[in-house]
Amino acid sequence: MSNSQSLSATLLSVFRRDLVIAFRQRSDMLNPIVFFLMVVTMMPLGISPQASTLAQLAPGLLWVIALLACLLSLDGLFRTDYDDGTLEQLILSPQPLYFIVIIKALVHWLTTGLPLTLVAPLLGVLLALPSDGFIPLWLSLLLGTLTLSFVGAIGAALTVSLRKGGLLLSLIIMPLYVPVLIFGASTVRSAVEGIPYTGALAVLGMFCALALMLAPLAIVGALKMSVQE
Amino acid sequence: MGWQWFHQLGSPRWFYEKTSRWMPWIGAIALILLVVGAVWGLAYAPVDAKQGNSYRIIYIHVPAAFLALAGYYIMAIAGAVGIIWQMKLSYTVMRSAAPIGATLTFIALVTGAVWGKPTWGTWWVWDARITSMLILFFLYLGVMALQGAYQNQNTANKAGAILALVGTINIPIIYKSVDWWFTLHQPATLKLTGESSIDPSMAYPLLIMIAGFYGLYAWLLMHWTRMDILHSEQKTAWVKALVSSK
Repeated sequence: MSNSQSLSATLLSVFRRDLVIAFRQRSDMLNPIVFFLMVVTMMPLGISPQASTLAQLAPGLLWVIALLACLLSLDGLFRTDYDDGTLEQLILSPQPLYFIVIIKALVHWLTTGLPLTLVAPLLGVLLALPSDGFIPLWLSLLLGTLTLSFVGAIGAALTVSLRKGGLLLSLIIMPLYVPVLIFGASTVRSAVEGIPYTGALAVLGMFCALALMLAPLAIVGALKMSVQE
Repeated sequence: MGWQWFHQLGSPRWFYEKTSRWMPWIGAIALILLVVGAVWGLAYAPVDAKQGNSYRIIYIHVPAAFLALAGYYIMAIAGAVGIIWQMKLSYTVMRSAAPIGATLTFIALVTGAVWGKPTWGTWWVWDARITSMLILFFLYLGVMALQGAYQNQNTANKAGAILALVGTINIPIIYKSVDWWFTLHQPATLKLTGESSIDPSMAYPLLIMIAGFYGLYAWLLMHWTRMDILHSEQKTAWVKALVSSK
């Protein structure tokens, strides 16, 4: 076996490794979804079980809760790799860390953001979301959670060397999530109100493209800093 | 000449000695501008036709909001300089800029609430610009919290700088949010191009106040940076000599 793997082979092996680890620890993968479900259940209990009230709040509630579920799952993104030294090996590897980081954030999305997106319409039924809102909810979460994973990975990389980074991670990342939340929720809301929603969806797509390009730069810098600590 | 000044700027000692001479001047200019602007704005500017005298809080609200935003950029640029050229001094500037900026944001929020009560009849409105100022405040708090969490000063600096740079991407969005949302807040009063919607007799004191706040900001930033330098360089000979000579 030669010492220098090609870039695509490296990325593929990182991708496969992270997916395998995620599937071996299935509970970590399920927890955000269970959290999503539980908090959605709290809403009618806390606000009102009336369908008309819930329908009005549903777009915003679903988005806020999905965002929180994403946020909670971020802490583990680089944690085990940092603890067992994998991160140092990845940084030392001859392949650019930029692409490796993209793969890692992508796997995080595949194992948290995507499942959240898939169950979201079901929870929309629980919150009496009008039927016009389901496809926009699905599309906006699909684009939005991918952005959330990439932006959130910056926070995870910045706090990975701190023993108790969890709350701090939420504090520093939540303000950065605001634009995604605004446009995600407004996509669903305008669809429910019968206004064209493709504009807001396009802005979400732009956020997603920007995050895919720019966030890895910050993640790379933050990971190198964390490993030096 | 060339780049020598730039490298000299990186030396805390050089900065401290230079600014010792600048501080009184900047302080005096800022004080004069603030006094002139405040007296002119509060006592001599005409009464607003719709809002009466309550509009006069604009002379604090707008300059504070200006500097709160500009301060974030100053913090992020200082952080970027620190990352790129590994300059200790610019990290010190970044650390000092965070609490000053957070305070100014807080002042802008509070004066906005005080202004909102007589004008809109409520202390708080979820309007685009108020909300984005609040988010700016959170961004400042995040940078400060992250810096405080690290024991190692070097790591704290780098982490803060990266987060500040990431946050700058949010600032244009904060500005744009004014256009994106339907808003209760009046459209921007001062425009660089085109006609301002404010009468010149009210605008001149406002401009003087903004200049005064810039001066005040510069003075505060230098003061905090100098204090930070003395603290972090306390083991060096020149600081010991400075302290023992006084």
